[in-house]
Amino acid sequence: MPFWKKEGPSLRACNFVICVLFLVVTLPRCVHLWLKNSIKMSEKFDVIIVGAGPAGCAAAYSLAKTGFNVLMVERGKYPGAKNVMGGRLYAYALNRLVPDFWKEAPVERCVTHEKLTLLSDKSSVTLDFQDKELLEPPNSFTILRARFDQWFASKAVEAGATLISNIRVDDLLWKDKKITGIVAGTDKLEANIVIAADGAVSLMAEKAGLKKFLAKGFAIGMKEIIELPEKTIEERFNLVSGEGTAQLFIGQCTRQIPGGAFVYTNRTSLSLGIVVYINQLIESKVEAYELMREFNSNPAIAKLIAGGKLVEYSVHVIPESSRTGLYTDGLLVVGDAAGLLVNSGITLRGMDMAIASGMAAAEAVKIAMGKNDFSKKSLSHYEYLLKQDFVLKDMHTFRRSPGFLQNTRLYSLYPELVCRLFHRLALVKGPKKRLFDELLEETKGKRVQMVWDLIKGLRAL
Amino acid sequence: MNISIEDQLGLISFEVDKEKHIKVEISICRQCVDKPCLKFCPSKRFTLEKGEIIHNYEGCLECGSCKFACPKGAVDFSYPRGGYGVYYKYG
Repeated sequence: MPFWKKEGPSLRACNFVICVLFLVVTLPRCVHLWLKNSIKMSEKFDVIIVGAGPAGCAAAYSLAKTGFNVLMVERGKYPGAKNVMGGRLYAYALNRLVPDFWKEAPVERCVTHEKLTLLSDKSSVTLDFQDKELLEPPNSFTILRARFDQWFASKAVEAGATLISNIRVDDLLWKDKKITGIVAGTDKLEANIVIAADGAVSLMAEKAGLKKFLAKGFAIGMKEIIELPEKTIEERFNLVSGEGTAQLFIGQCTRQIPGGAFVYTNRTSLSLGIVVYINQLIESKVEAYELMREFNSNPAIAKLIAGGKLVEYSVHVIPESSRTGLYTDGLLVVGDAAGLLVNSGITLRGMDMAIASGMAAAEAVKIAMGKNDFSKKSLSHYEYLLKQDFVLKDMHTFRRSPGFLQNTRLYSLYPELVCRLFHRLALVKGPKKRLFDELLEETKGKRVQMVWDLIKGLRAL
Repeated sequence: MNISIEDQLGLISFEVDKEKHIKVEISICRQCVDKPCLKFCPSKRFTLEKGEIIHNYEGCLECGSCKFACPKGAVDFSYPRGGYGVYYKYG
């Protein structure tokens, strides 16, 4: 007689073991199917957000808190898996959505030291600004996006949004020339409104006919994370615990190609990298990665990262001047996807603009839902909100900045000139001249050009 | 630090798909004199073998630069399927 037909305690034990095994094997599959079906079953979402970055999460959080049925679709293994930035978040926008977010979010350091370094071949001049007032209230934080975005997405989920990761959205769903949802593989999901929050290379905005990709609108960023002990970072950058440095470099570090380099201090690592305009990189025939390699071998940088452990290399494109249409029937475009970014030379802002645009999109959706009108005209309220807030105001204020910042003299002539002037001032070798005379001598034949650039610079920045 | 791109990519986590997410029209590349992709791609995924452009999608960091920086429009760019490709730990 087989053992399972035997009577008694051994049979009961066996049955129990078999039942447990069956459950262990089948339960996760059942839960998976149930989850998948429950997503499919809910006939229609109020809003589907493509991309769980800061713009998408800000919109999802705001909408879910108001009780809307929101789905966030993320192509990465987890929110933030595909996301890169230099490393600084200006706190203002997020603080309006999640007050005192820094008390719970994985922020690295609060930036109190701002440095700008002009590099020439042999020398450098650094402007070093330290301000304790940047601490209270916190002005900006260094962050690491893979960690930060996971936190932000979890806030949206806590508020009631549904997040599905590991899903690439392949297309938009159309009905009568209106966007009515998304297509992911064989699945079609419907929503009243779709929010394209799929980042700088927004294929959703392109499919909606709102974006054309041109190389001249983009810069490329390369970045390394170097791990160092917390104390070492604080000693090297002269920091108090919790405080951080943001240092920008221009000049020789990009081989005079328009762009710059950066170092941000995290808690136990440094983020360092290079950003260059793509079209000028191509014209220069310089290899992108070579710039990254040169930068961390630069003596000024080598000192800062000495003894550190390289743990990650990452790259991303930056929509420096790549504005798109912001809305169409059934669709809103937010953050990098819409090219909402301000580079004033000193403040480089993408993430706060993304968050503010996500929040504005959520407000526009709430009004559209109230009217049950998802047409282009109804959604144009989004643009109105961005104009009322700092997003489009700042983009308008700094509209000449991308053009001005592509002037190659900013990265060759001027850093060289400032470095040579300081060299003249520092050097004692025979009779010395007054600063003004040194300046006249150094700028001979370039003054008309310089005055012209100065005027343009003052207008742009 | 003097680190080759291969060593850099070795530090990053990838879920490599069998399916290519970037397709390059080599017949167009043959007409291209400058071949800027050999230089602008920050993870050096474009290489030249026996005069032909080869694109190695494994190790692609999905920045999308080739989508618009290729002057001949030879690159058909899409993202890897959901869950595949790079996943940054720091970002």
